[in-house]
Amino acid sequence: MNTTPLRPWVLLIALVLLAQLVGCAATPPLRSYEEPPMHTLAEFDDEVIAHVDDPWERFNRRMYTFNYRLDQFVFLPVVDAYETVTPRFVRTGVSNFFSNIGEICTLYNSLLQFRGKKAATTTGRFLVNSTIGLVGLFDPATSMGLKRQNEDFGQTLGHWGVDSGPYVVLPVLGPNTVRGTGGIAVDTSVHIPLIDQVQLDSATELGTDTLKGVDTRHRQSFRYYQSGYPFEYSVVRFVIRKKTELSVLK
Amino acid sequence: MLPFIHNHHPGIIMKRLLLLATCLLLLPASGRSAEEPYGYPVEGSYEATIMGTPDALKPKLPKSIPTKKLILHPRGNLKTPGVFFYDQGLRCTLAYQEERAPLVFLIAGTGAGHNAAKMVFLTRALHNAGFHVVTLSSPTHPNFIINASLSHVPGDLTSDSVDLYRAMEAAWNEIKGDIEVSAFHLAGYSLGGTQAAFVARLDEQRQVFRFNRVLMINPAVNLYDSVQRIEALLESIPGGPRKVGTFFNRMLDRFVEFYQAGQFIELDDEFLYAIYKARLVSESEAGGLIGLTFRVNSAGMIFASDVMTNGGYIVPKNRVLLSTDSIDEYFQVGVRLSFLQYFDEYFLPVQQALRPGLTRERLIDSLGLQSIEPYLKDNPKFAALINEDDFILSAADRDYLRRLFGDRTRVYPRGGHLGNFEYRQNMADMVAFLSNSAQPGGDEQ
Repeated sequence: MNTTPLRPWVLLIALVLLAQLVGCAATPPLRSYEEPPMHTLAEFDDEVIAHVDDPWERFNRRMYTFNYRLDQFVFLPVVDAYETVTPRFVRTGVSNFFSNIGEICTLYNSLLQFRGKKAATTTGRFLVNSTIGLVGLFDPATSMGLKRQNEDFGQTLGHWGVDSGPYVVLPVLGPNTVRGTGGIAVDTSVHIPLIDQVQLDSATELGTDTLKGVDTRHRQSFRYYQSGYPFEYSVVRFVIRKKTELSVLK
Repeated sequence: MLPFIHNHHPGIIMKRLLLLATCLLLLPASGRSAEEPYGYPVEGSYEATIMGTPDALKPKLPKSIPTKKLILHPRGNLKTPGVFFYDQGLRCTLAYQEERAPLVFLIAGTGAGHNAAKMVFLTRALHNAGFHVVTLSSPTHPNFIINASLSHVPGDLTSDSVDLYRAMEAAWNEIKGDIEVSAFHLAGYSLGGTQAAFVARLDEQRQVFRFNRVLMINPAVNLYDSVQRIEALLESIPGGPRKVGTFFNRMLDRFVEFYQAGQFIELDDEFLYAIYKARLVSESEAGGLIGLTFRVNSAGMIFASDVMTNGGYIVPKNRVLLSTDSIDEYFQVGVRLSFLQYFDEYFLPVQQALRPGLTRERLIDSLGLQSIEPYLKDNPKFAALINEDDFILSAADRDYLRRLFGDRTRVYPRGGHLGNFEYRQNMADMVAFLSNSAQPGGDEQ
């Protein structure tokens, strides 16, 4: 999907600047035509449940809505079509193939964190799946007891003590943190020259990138606003923050 | 004392045996007595409720079935406020057969949507057994409150069932050109089970569907009583129900610590099961987590209703909320209000305005199966599946359901509240009752 290594960085910087301009969204004070509700938070002496700092909330909520619309009008129709025309085993094969390429990202990030066991498992997986697994279309490694690990540069930064920074909802890519966004940028910059080694022609490369994008959305079962729960945004924010925290612990 | 301990005290074993014997006696006479003992494994009411059914003990069902998403406008085209911009119309799912088949309407439990995991699972099981299925969100679900409720104030069984009936008619109008239906059935779980009884009664007057069978899975006998019992689960958390935030954060810390120490990668069922096996949560804490989950759902319900009615309950009256506005504070307030507060401060005044002279006691009485007992008593189209240890029912409630439906009330020895819902025997019993081949009950044989 990202065709130049430069773009993610530009995106990140633009986002940070933009978000700062937009400012934060706290519950505003009462306006003249409004009446105070029967219950407010002031009457409870209790810790905030699942508190997550969200200084860019207004911007983030706007992006959350933007992604919902993008899903509705672009991604989901494409994913639906993909799921209709391709048999399950083909979709599984595609997912396995891209996951297998993704092992490289896990591998160097495990190494950067000096996690030898993870790196060894991941190397084993990559070797087994690239060979016996027919260039990654199948995943025999898992049945051999080599569980898929998950590392990226965002986690590497976290491992070395870089703060996760504010919560941010990225256009297209979805909820993340500033650290995670930087991580995506780095991993993408590593990924692109790597893919260039294969020397695909530009049409094939575009096709592969598109398929990767469709596969990513197909594998992600999350649908914006599908829960119908009014506080879905806050729940997602909390889950993403916790997942980020936990992934660094491992 | 360790939580989750499997108590092997002889008295308990005796009690269980007696219970088992009672259950066997209650089974319909159609050869069921030769059945093996009930195999749902999770002991403890709260634990079962949280853990649900292990995958290996669920029936094997096809993964994908033909479905169609429906977006209904049972109240015409309403203009929804900006904060609910995504909520245009009532969302339902139809799972269809290619040939003529009976259709089951499913009603979700408190706060659950048409696509809740339990709804999806039961839909797959029923579809596999040859039914069309239409799933409906609970009238307490925000999508229903916003798009399908006349009053936008959920909780009254009579008016909620009128809303449900209108939604079912809208669904039927949408699909009747596409599928062939031989008969209509109705099923619901938890609150949805109780509502099913009221919807069925309404159908006797309206005669649109002429429901053939009505299945109530872990229903409440009286809503007010059940809610009181759920709210009571928060009484035993440290600091009491007004400290739900502190409680949640402490539990979370403990899970994070446990995750860090273990060999987990994903936060999945395996992790949940490990928490259970490590006895990380005491019994009262497990109860507290259930009470808190209920509160989280009810916060969404209260907020949706308050915005739709401009009720000034937790949102300032006349405030216009947009999709970019932070609404966290309303969550924090909503989660701290007990359902009983909602009842007295919000629900009761609305009902009294609609029905002058209505007393609190009369309203509470109207929120239960007793209020339609003459209709339900020994009515062969009904069956109830309940658990001996379901905390939303009292022993008296269980006896009441036994008296109401005789041997068509099936009592499982364990499962808590809906914990055994997906257990293969439970699923088989649900399908069997709704299937034409099964007898509705022993008394008809």
